[in-house]
Amino acid sequence: MNRIATAASEEPSYLGGEHSIKSWLLTKDHKRIAVLYLISVTLFFIVGGIAALLVRLELLTPAGDLLTADGYNRAFTVHGIVMIFFFLIPGIPAVLGNFLIPLMIGARDLAFPRINLLSWYLYIVGGLIAVVTILLGGVDTGWTFYTPYSSVYANGAVVLTGLAAFVAGFSSILTGLNFIVTIHKMRAPGMTWFRLPLFVWAHYATSLIQMLATPVVALAILLVVIERAFGFGIFDPAVGGDPVLFQHLFWFYSHPAVYIMLLPGMGVMSELMAAFSRRRVFGYHIIAFSSLAIAALGFLVWGHHMFVSSQSPYAGLVFSILTMMVAAPSAIKVFNWTATLHKAEVRFDAPMLYALGFLGLFLIGGLTGVMLGTLGLDVHVHDTYFVVAHFHYVMVGAVVMAFLGGLHFWWPKMFGRMYPQLPARISAVLIFIGFNATFFPQFVVGYLGMPRRYWEYVPEFQIYHVMSTMGSFVLGVGYLLPLIYLLWSLRYGEKASENPWDAVGVEWLTPSPPTSHNFHETPTVVWEAYEHEMFPGSEVASGRPAAVPSHSRLAEAD
Amino acid sequence: MNHSHTAESDARLFHQFADMEQQHESWSLGMWVFLASEVLFFGALIFSFLLYRSVYWPTFLEGTHELDLVIGGINTAILLTSSFTMVLAVYTAQNGNHRMAAFWLIVTSLLGLAFIGVKIHEYGLKWEHHLIPIQGLEFEWHGEHPQQARMFFSFYFTLTGLHALHVLVGILAIWVVAYRVAKNHFGNDYMPVEIMGLYWHFVDLVWIFLYPILYLFRA
Ligand SMILES: [Cu+2]
Repeated sequence: MNRIATAASEEPSYLGGEHSIKSWLLTKDHKRIAVLYLISVTLFFIVGGIAALLVRLELLTPAGDLLTADGYNRAFTVHGIVMIFFFLIPGIPAVLGNFLIPLMIGARDLAFPRINLLSWYLYIVGGLIAVVTILLGGVDTGWTFYTPYSSVYANGAVVLTGLAAFVAGFSSILTGLNFIVTIHKMRAPGMTWFRLPLFVWAHYATSLIQMLATPVVALAILLVVIERAFGFGIFDPAVGGDPVLFQHLFWFYSHPAVYIMLLPGMGVMSELMAAFSRRRVFGYHIIAFSSLAIAALGFLVWGHHMFVSSQSPYAGLVFSILTMMVAAPSAIKVFNWTATLHKAEVRFDAPMLYALGFLGLFLIGGLTGVMLGTLGLDVHVHDTYFVVAHFHYVMVGAVVMAFLGGLHFWWPKMFGRMYPQLPARISAVLIFIGFNATFFPQFVVGYLGMPRRYWEYVPEFQIYHVMSTMGSFVLGVGYLLPLIYLLWSLRYGEKASENPWDAVGVEWLTPSPPTSHNFHETPTVVWEAYEHEMFPGSEVASGRPAAVPSHSRLAEAD
Repeated sequence: MNHSHTAESDARLFHQFADMEQQHESWSLGMWVFLASEVLFFGALIFSFLLYRSVYWPTFLEGTHELDLVIGGINTAILLTSSFTMVLAVYTAQNGNHRMAAFWLIVTSLLGLAFIGVKIHEYGLKWEHHLIPIQGLEFEWHGEHPQQARMFFSFYFTLTGLHALHVLVGILAIWVVAYRVAKNHFGNDYMPVEIMGLYWHFVDLVWIFLYPILYLFRA
């Protein structure tokens, strides 16, 4: 145990101190807000999961028997809206990012703690509106709100659902704003841009997208709401409006939104690779810049969702080429992670199994993304289960793997307890198997011509749907298991040390769980990212004087 | 780290920051980043408007002629003046004259209210001329393409309405800041006024775009 931790552990941890509900609901501590987010995204994950279950059960047989046609539309819409706006987008940033960014850069909190709390409340208000619309019968537009389904032909609570997404978007913008300012202005002495953990770089790129893309979808949804409420027909072709304009505005956000979900997961991956191979990440700078490249190029590819929507074929060509290009920085990351593992002494603790699961699922999701980016093939498989399988591999398979990997990695830091390794490993494997069993058959059935959003289908396709539904049960068990043993660990788990994985990073110098103000004394960073030799909390460096007070260490650095 | 700040500014220092300089830089950057987000919000709407304008330009031109150049001009003058008084507020706050700063803030907010008043009057005229594109209301148009004219007025009300909403939010925020400046809550920390000013100038700037594209481009 090093000296910073010993001195600080006399202060109560952020979980200790005040216990009242009020102290939690009015907290400005980024760590408590992260815990609030963790609880709420988990609840929404369950809501979205139940809707997914209904969809999969309906598709077990070719006939529409469990749900009505309209009920089916509403079920997959609930699934999409809840999972995307209320689980995947806030997921990693608002939980892990919120908790870790200040700790990782050596700050006492985010730059705007009150705005941080406000963004959680906006998220909750948006979420409650969404729940109310579900209780009112939901909407049948799909999560994309395409006009005229959502305007002229809407028969559900589109205005309320739009409002829910709008408010959630506001919450997302405020989180991004907080992260950008924090990363720019709150870094501890010695924490230069190129000493930042790659997790922080990934969140920086994510925040840029949140700031610059979210307002556009907010506007698009607002215009739909105005059209519904007042009859301004901006997207209504009957009065000279253009429904395709909605698609442009929508995808201008919603393609980059895929990176709002994915980039933080990639940030988690870099941390896990470094920690469990006990190495510096291969190609640090390239990975950092590839995050920015993904954010920038991600803004230029939205047209690949609209190859068959009357968009000019020349525009389609350009979007197709740009889509190929945006795959490059993602591939670069995968190569660098693999190179990090090459000939390293890799430890296969539970978080690492999740990380390897990410690699496998992201590889399949990413490569099929390139296939879909090619104009000709996309026209063939457009709106089939091939597309459904592709985006689930990326947005669900990979991102949830990364989320769980990160949660298992930082759980001891967040709650000061270790969880049992065996069930954690089993659930990582179950998720990997269950996920592939659920979604791989969908590639096949999609390629054979099964359209998405269909409630009934031809009997030839049943075998694939049965496989998929069975897989989804394995997947469901895999997702539920962590809920059980992680909660169990809160009470019965072994107490965690400051740095249970022997990883490198400022967060591992704080006690587990950290104190309210994070640092007794502002740390000074003298090590490069993931550099064990210079890191005071590392076992390799334990011969060195650990954690000298900041000013004297600064002198040493000079 | 710099420990030379005064006891007074210490009281204004939020716990997450190391010193006032860091706090000021963070606030300022925060507002700039927020405004970048706003640029995209208004940008997407203005872009959509220009797109429709390029397709339906003859009718949209007729729509422009229905708007009152003088009323729009008066509102432009009001907002530009309010930007000037906001500059005076920031300047006096910087010089530590909190009474004058509060005074100029209030003047700015009154000009904002005047803008809203003129806007309401203008909306009222549209009501009298049956140019409100809301479903169920009678929309009178003597030109060739009433639907396209409706589209023009849909954009007119959406653009000016969202802008007016931003003005209203600004007025409310100015009142809060002015109250606290008057009570000398901020001491010689002028940053809250400066941040308020950034927002107000942005709202002005949006109008500087809206005025030409809605009112001025007539030929
Ligand atoms: Cu896309």
